[in-house]
Amino acid sequence: MKNIKYMALKNKLHDLKEKYRGTKMAPLFNGFHTFLYSPNETTHSGSHIRGADDLKRTMNTVIMALVPCLIFGMFNAGYQHHLAVGEINSVSGGFFSPEFWNLPNLSVGAWKVLPLVLVSYVVGLGIEFLFAIKNGHEIEEGYLVTGMLVPLIVPIDIPLWMLTVAVIFGVVLGKEVFGGTGMNILNPALLIRAFLFFAYPTWMSGDKVWVTGAVERTNEIAAGSSADAISGETILGSLAQGQEVAYSVWDMFYGFIPGSVGETSTLLILVGALFLIFAKIGSWRIMLSAALGALAMGLIFNFVVDSEWISEGSKFYSLMNTKFWQHLLIGGFAFGAVYMATDPVTASQTNKGKWIYGFLIGFISILIRVFNPAYPEGVMLAILLMNVFAPTIDHYVVQGNVKKRLKRLKAKTA
Amino acid sequence: MSMDIRIKKGLDIKLQGEAEQIITNAVASNVYSLLPVDFHGITPKLIAKVGSKIEAGEPLFYNKEVEAMKFVSPVSGEVIEVERGEKRRIIGIKIQASKEQSYKDNGSFDLSSATADKVKNHLLSSGCWPFIKQRPYDVIANPEKSPKAIFISGHASAPLAADYDFVLQGKEAELQAAVTALGKLTSGAVHVSVAAKSNNVLSSLNGVTLHSVSGPHPSGNVGTQISKIDPVNKGETVWTISPQDLVIIGALLLTGKFNAERIVAVGGSVVKNPKYYRTKIGAEVATMIYDAGIDSDNFRVISGNVLTGRSIKPDGFLGYYNNTVTLIPEGNDYELFGWNKPVFNKVSNTRALTFSWLTPNKKYDLNTNTNGEHRAFVLTGKYEEVFPLDMFPMQLMKACMYEDLDEMEALGMYEVAPEDFALTEFVCVSKQPHQEIIRKGLDLMLKEIG
Repeated sequence: MKNIKYMALKNKLHDLKEKYRGTKMAPLFNGFHTFLYSPNETTHSGSHIRGADDLKRTMNTVIMALVPCLIFGMFNAGYQHHLAVGEINSVSGGFFSPEFWNLPNLSVGAWKVLPLVLVSYVVGLGIEFLFAIKNGHEIEEGYLVTGMLVPLIVPIDIPLWMLTVAVIFGVVLGKEVFGGTGMNILNPALLIRAFLFFAYPTWMSGDKVWVTGAVERTNEIAAGSSADAISGETILGSLAQGQEVAYSVWDMFYGFIPGSVGETSTLLILVGALFLIFAKIGSWRIMLSAALGALAMGLIFNFVVDSEWISEGSKFYSLMNTKFWQHLLIGGFAFGAVYMATDPVTASQTNKGKWIYGFLIGFISILIRVFNPAYPEGVMLAILLMNVFAPTIDHYVVQGNVKKRLKRLKAKTA
Repeated sequence: MSMDIRIKKGLDIKLQGEAEQIITNAVASNVYSLLPVDFHGITPKLIAKVGSKIEAGEPLFYNKEVEAMKFVSPVSGEVIEVERGEKRRIIGIKIQASKEQSYKDNGSFDLSSATADKVKNHLLSSGCWPFIKQRPYDVIANPEKSPKAIFISGHASAPLAADYDFVLQGKEAELQAAVTALGKLTSGAVHVSVAAKSNNVLSSLNGVTLHSVSGPHPSGNVGTQISKIDPVNKGETVWTISPQDLVIIGALLLTGKFNAERIVAVGGSVVKNPKYYRTKIGAEVATMIYDAGIDSDNFRVISGNVLTGRSIKPDGFLGYYNNTVTLIPEGNDYELFGWNKPVFNKVSNTRALTFSWLTPNKKYDLNTNTNGEHRAFVLTGKYEEVFPLDMFPMQLMKACMYEDLDEMEALGMYEVAPEDFALTEFVCVSKQPHQEIIRKGLDLMLKEIG
């Protein structure tokens, strides 16, 4: 009985697909159809059999690696809020502390985070659909990952209209004008964040935006309310201002700290990284070399401090004095290196190039982080910068191969 | 200067329906057909007319560019039809086989005293020349050019390909005669490769440079071996020839007869009793596939292997260069949540909820479904895992797509054939037609540079 129903749905959808074939509706219909059923297409040229993976599966794997960060982000949003308003005490029992993993935290966080996810997907996919219909091509899967990344790299209280504007900017100018998925030069998710950062800087930095309710409370106080102000500074923000960091290294590693929605838990990012490497989807070369680059820069700064080339009074002192390995735990570095730097379209495309590209991302991230106290998060700008240079790196790597071929010819004719 | 070639990058796709090593004589085919599509880039000029009676080895047509290059009939009989397509292009020449086969006598050939020119002319006029292919461009060898070396791969590593250890048994004399003759056509070596630890009659040949190859497919591809032994540089030419075609050349040299006989592996998951058949070039595959038995009503017949063969109808004909016929299920059906559910019954070189890495020795029943839609190139580094040549496959394909001849040349286009890109095509998540891209690129280069 069930089987008959199943067949009926399949056949009905097939009839609809044939009906829409060649019309403007076709990309839209196929977009939904292929989410339910992988198509009945067979090979026409070349190899008669094909591997199991398609782009949807690949993108889905990255999304699966992001889900733990998303869930943690929801709990953390609620936790940071409740902590700031003084309703709860800070965590005491390691990663599985009951102060963190509870329903009140989740409900507050989910209420704030899910709208971000929804807006990101609805706006971004909407634009993809429009361009697919306009250009008559199939809907491509690129935004599936971008749409998940965006809510995880913005501050929790970012107004939804700002996010909408930024997503439109990022998808249209970052991707569609270049020809869509696979053709873009800059990582669209980071472009969206960069747009927010430069267009609405007050919503992207400072000590009010990282804890939900802080801006609202500030406004209430300004309007005459007697409630206590709430604030939450990121670790990088504190360091940039030379303040004491109020969090332990374990807090940083587990992620019980203020920051963008999904970037705080280095532990879960590490889990995601291992999953992506195991699945052979994420580039371990980029992840590893980015970490090495960051450590190298961190060591250089530590060396500068140890050699007393810089005095304690310097505004760079506290960030330079941060232990080199702690740079991997704080800020968005780990998230950027694992999920953003590894975007295959905008990263280096050659294996040798990936080492150079990743290393420079790590290196430059920490450089920007230390020397730019106004905005101490360097990984976004470092990745965008290296996106621009990735084709150049690849060019030289490929030229190496070309030269080898020319040399071989010369050796022959000489 | 023998070499051990060890290939690490590649992928063995293990399929169900490997031919059992039994040779059955196929029922004699009524009609044979020579298909110009097998001879890429050749414009045929007909010699035989419909109704003319011919012997096996008599020319049916010649190459418009090189008049001396004859293409001959595999059997004796009567030319019954010249099939034509658009613009009267010839797409097939059908010969009704006579009951008693008679052969054109090309005369005995004195190998020891023959000069290069004599060998060349003999092969051209007897119809054996088209067996010799060249790189660059992967087309029939240009007889005016002298190759720097000749390569013969005696290791078929493609899925379900006929096993050369088996099909070449007892052909020592023919093979030896053929390589001796070919050796006169090159100033360099005749490189012969066999699988490591194999028991191949090719290992006992004299006058060749023997190599042993090991590792996953495409270790048996002649292109892989060329790149490891003596890669093609700009301006150079190498020739390649498959061992079964050597047997035909050898028989011609020894007996004067063009004997189109060949042992063909019939396999694939829908074949009930996969095994080997003794038949002739151009035979109807129906004479073999129904005898072997077919376990499906929705299947594809491939003349050749699943990676590089040509799709034919069940009443189609065995290709000129093929010694494998593969039958696999058509995959023209939808699959519920095919893009995200865990996959156990397909092959993948990732572990993105695909589990073929768990069962490396399992034999799969793969169908012709593309498992996804065509997309722009997105993932990087995946092709390199299955591509043992020292070049950048994606960059080369992109150069082909935007038709930049300088870049194609610089990136190694002279070294490749479409078959070298069969595995990158298999693993491509963007489902790009790699072999077609490379074929078009080679054609463009041949036209523009020559």
